[in-house]
Order: sequence, then structure tokens, then C-alpha cells
Amino acid sequence: MKSVEFQAIYIMWLRQMKRFVRSKSRLVSSIVKPLFFLFIIGSGFRVATFEGVDDYLSFLAPGIIAMAILFSSMFTGISVLWDKQFGFLQEVLVAPVSRFSIIIGRTLGGATVALIQGFIILLIALGLGVKISGVFGLLLTFVFMILIAFTAVGFGLVLASKMEDFQGFQLIMNLLIMPLLFLSSAFFPVTANPTMKTISSFNPLFYRVDGLRGSLIIDTATVNPPLLDLLVVLVVCIIMMGLGSYFFSKSEV
Amino acid sequence: MDIIKTNNLTKNFDDLTAVDTISFSVKKGEIFGFLGPNGAGKTTTIKMLTTLLHPTKGSAEVAGFDIIGARDKVRRNIGVVFQEPALDIELTGRENLEYHARMYGLSRDKRKTRIEDVLNLVDLEDKKNVLVKNYSGGMKRRLEIARGLMHYPTVLFLDEPTLGLDAQTRRAIWNYIGKMNKEEGTTIFLTTHYMDEADFLCDRIGIIDHGSILVIDSVTNLKNSVGNDVITLSCSDMVKLVKRLEEESWISNIEQHDSFVTLGVEKGEEKIPVIIEIAQSLNIRIKSISVRKPTLDDVFLHFTGRTMRDQEATNTTRSAPPRFHGRMR
Repeated sequence: MKSVEFQAIYIMWLRQMKRFVRSKSRLVSSIVKPLFFLFIIGSGFRVATFEGVDDYLSFLAPGIIAMAILFSSMFTGISVLWDKQFGFLQEVLVAPVSRFSIIIGRTLGGATVALIQGFIILLIALGLGVKISGVFGLLLTFVFMILIAFTAVGFGLVLASKMEDFQGFQLIMNLLIMPLLFLSSAFFPVTANPTMKTISSFNPLFYRVDGLRGSLIIDTATVNPPLLDLLVVLVVCIIMMGLGSYFFSKSEV
Repeated sequence: MDIIKTNNLTKNFDDLTAVDTISFSVKKGEIFGFLGPNGAGKTTTIKMLTTLLHPTKGSAEVAGFDIIGARDKVRRNIGVVFQEPALDIELTGRENLEYHARMYGLSRDKRKTRIEDVLNLVDLEDKKNVLVKNYSGGMKRRLEIARGLMHYPTVLFLDEPTLGLDAQTRRAIWNYIGKMNKEEGTTIFLTTHYMDEADFLCDRIGIIDHGSILVIDSVTNLKNSVGNDVITLSCSDMVKLVKRLEEESWISNIEQHDSFVTLGVEKGEEKIPVIIEIAQSLNIRIKSISVRKPTLDDVFLHFTGRTMRDQEATNTTRSAPPRFHGRMR
């Protein structure tokens, strides 16, 4: 790859960082919203007992981290729509840079932002006394976090390429992402209900949450071993990034 | 040398033909203008030439490279200022230029000096660290023109560069465009639906309507084609008068419109009494008569048969230049 392409990737990444740091409302809400989930749901469900869950906060924390990364990354993918509406996308597309580099730059930028948010929540969770499993588990957690971010940016890109405005995005969020999130075991275990467990095995979000939980938390109830989750998550990630790149490169302005 | 050359370039959107087999060429170093009402196919042509849209049929070369086969090389050689602002408003003016410079692979030293250069050219030096969302419309346009020039393009495309700007700012932008054409030797391809703009800036003009080019020529030749002077008159019986005037050989062209007639003549002042005499001999009462130098308005009218005054009547905003309605993107 030529150095021009690296320059382009770098400046696209830098743009996302600058925008993120400058957008105070996005910064605040992207951190406060997951914390609300963590504290409110955390203290609400704490009194309930789930099979195989000793410490509910330790169970919930990985789910919230996954959720924060998912939302933030999807937003990055979908923000291509903003650039389309503000005309900036034309400036990007007319530059002598390959479409592939444009997607890489955007994905890296979005993933970095999402990971920063994920880490802040992780630190807060650690401060609250969530029991983590050790160095290897932590490294595996980072891998999961990165993969979740990439997959969600890819999915966002697919949506942004196929949609003209933000109404469709709201619909997808409410009718697809929220149910999938509830069925991902992010907030409660799905093992108790056999129907739910079957449905979850077709839910790509489930493997992300399950894997993140299995690698981060010690002694917890996961359905699959983390490495099996990792395999599924990796495959889905590659497919999503591929689809995102394909649809984006086909889009005209 | 031809810097842009198109060959039967065509673009269809579903069953609508936005650009219909157009062929033209633009010479190196000139300012070439595409003049036509909104929806004529100007923006679509620019988007094809700047590799953002795939032509349905036909081909084109920009700076010697094919717009389909060598898209990257074309992109490297062009600068574009789009019709709608294409800036990141959350970044400062300088950062927008920095972004552009890196996308085009300028080296560190070159970035630094070039950003200063183009900022000076458009007088935005003192506003460079202000977020673009706090810029006025005119400042945004100037920044975009500066950005389009950053990477020393061979051709600069300007799509309606002064759309929606006030008279003073338009003047300033015209000066910048003229300056960079002279100082940097950049070939400029611009579209506009403002006659005065094309008149002021362009060396040659192509008049485009309904996706087809009606005529391409120099501004002077186009004006001459409608006569050295234009007499506009309205009277009680236009049909009868026009029929009589058609017998006169000194009138180079006669056009009858809804409420007025235009005549292309030499030495217009001397012809007015003659026309009045003819009218009186036919018992036709002249309501008004005037003589003036031809403008591109007349040229447009001559070639399209459409008057902009009709369109203007529905235009309640009293913007100085005549404009068309029914924008199409």
C-alpha cells in the first residue's frame, strides 16, 4: 500500500477523534447512558437470583460494555449518512484514495472512539468491585471489544449505504437491535428458558456478550467457551466488514 | 490542447435522461462555462467528469485520463467545488484544508506553505482557526475554493460557485476565480445559471438545456449572433408588425415573445425612428421601445426560445440576477 493511503487513513482517523472530543454532548451521553444501565438495572436485578449467577454486577458489566461499544460503533457507521447530507462525503469520494482506505480509516476512527468508551466503563466496573479473571482474560477481552467495534461499524456502513435518512435507522434500532440485545444475555441469562436459548444461538450479539463475559469475568455462567465464541464473532466480523465495504464502494452520490 | 474532452456522454436516471449525448472540449488554461437553467444537466455532467457518477453511455477524458478507466489519475488532477458546501463544519478552516492536503498526499513542508498560500488567496488567513460552523456562506465558499486549489489541480470544477450569495460576495468570488486562473494557470470549468456570471468570467460558454448542448462559442461570438444591438419593443399588434419587419434586410434576427419583440440590428439608435415610422404607416401603436447591447440573456433566449422574465415573475425574492426555478439534483 502506498504512503498516500496511510496518510489518508490517518487523517480520517484524526477527524473522527477531533469530532468526538469536540462533541461534548456525545461524549457525556455515550458514557452516562451505559452507566445508568449499569447502576439502575444493576441495583434493580441485584435482589433477583439467576441460576449460576453469584454476583449480578459482575454478570451485567460485560453486557453493558458490549452494549456501549455496539451503539457507539453503529453510530460511526451510520454517521456516513450525516456526511452524505452535509455533502462532505463528496469531498471524501472525489479524493484520489481507494475506497478500501476510506472504509479502513472510518472503521479505525469509530472503533477507537468505541473502545475508549468501553474502557471507561470497564474501569468504572472494576472500581465497583467486578471480579476479573486475569491478564490473559483481559487480553482476550480487548480482542472481543475490537471485534465487536469492527462488526458494528460494518453493520452501520451497510445501513448507511442502503438508507437515505435517519428514520430508517431509528426503526432498525428499535425493531432489530433492541430485541437482539435483550436476547443476547447482556442483562440476564438466557439459559433458564429453552426457547430463548434456542433463539439466542442464532443471535450474533449473543456470542459477543457471552465471549466478552467468559473472558473478562472469573467464575461466571457462560454458555460457550470463550474461544468458540471468538470463532463465531470473528467470522461474523469478517462477513460484516466485507458487506459494509462492498455496499459502501457501490454507493454513488 | 484539450484538457477536457467528452464523447457522446450520457446519463440516465431510470427513465429520465439527465445528460443526453453531449460532446464538447475545453482548452488548457481557459475558463469554460456551462450555462443553463436548473435541471439542465449541469451538475450531472460535473459529477460524471469528477468520477462521482458512472456515465450510462459515452466517454470522457479529463487531463488526458479516461474518467472510467483511470479514475484515480483523474481524481489526482482535478479540484472540485460542489454545489452544496462539502465541508466538515465541526472542524476549523485550517483543519479542513489539512484534511484535504493529507488526502491528496502533500508532504509536510508543502502542506504548511500551501495552506498559507491558499488561505491568503481567499483572505481567510485570520479566520483559519475558527470552526467552519461559525463561517458565513461566503466564507465557506471561499474556503472551498481555496481547498479545491490546494493540490495544484490541472482543472478546477466549480458547480454554481456563487449560488445564494449576496452581490458583494459574488464579486469577490469572481475576482478570486479570475485570479487563480491567471496566477496558477488553472483551467476552470464552471456551471452557472447566472448570465452575468458567465459573461464576466468565461472565455467560452456552452449553453445547455434539457441535457443537450445547444451551442458552444466565445462570449463575444454568442452576443454577435443576436446582433450588435438589441431593440426590444411592445406594441398593439405584434403579429402584424413582425410580419412587416421581416421584409427589412437590415434586421439580422426577429424574435416574438409573449409580450414583446426583440430585433437584432446594427446601430440601434438610428433604427428606432425607422421602426416607429413603419409602425405608424400600419396604424400600430408602439407602447415602448428600447435599445441596448446584447446580454447573455438575449443569447439564452435566442437559443432556447425560453425567456427568463416569465420565470422571474414567479420569483418573489428580488435577487438581482435572473434565475430559474425547479431545482433538480
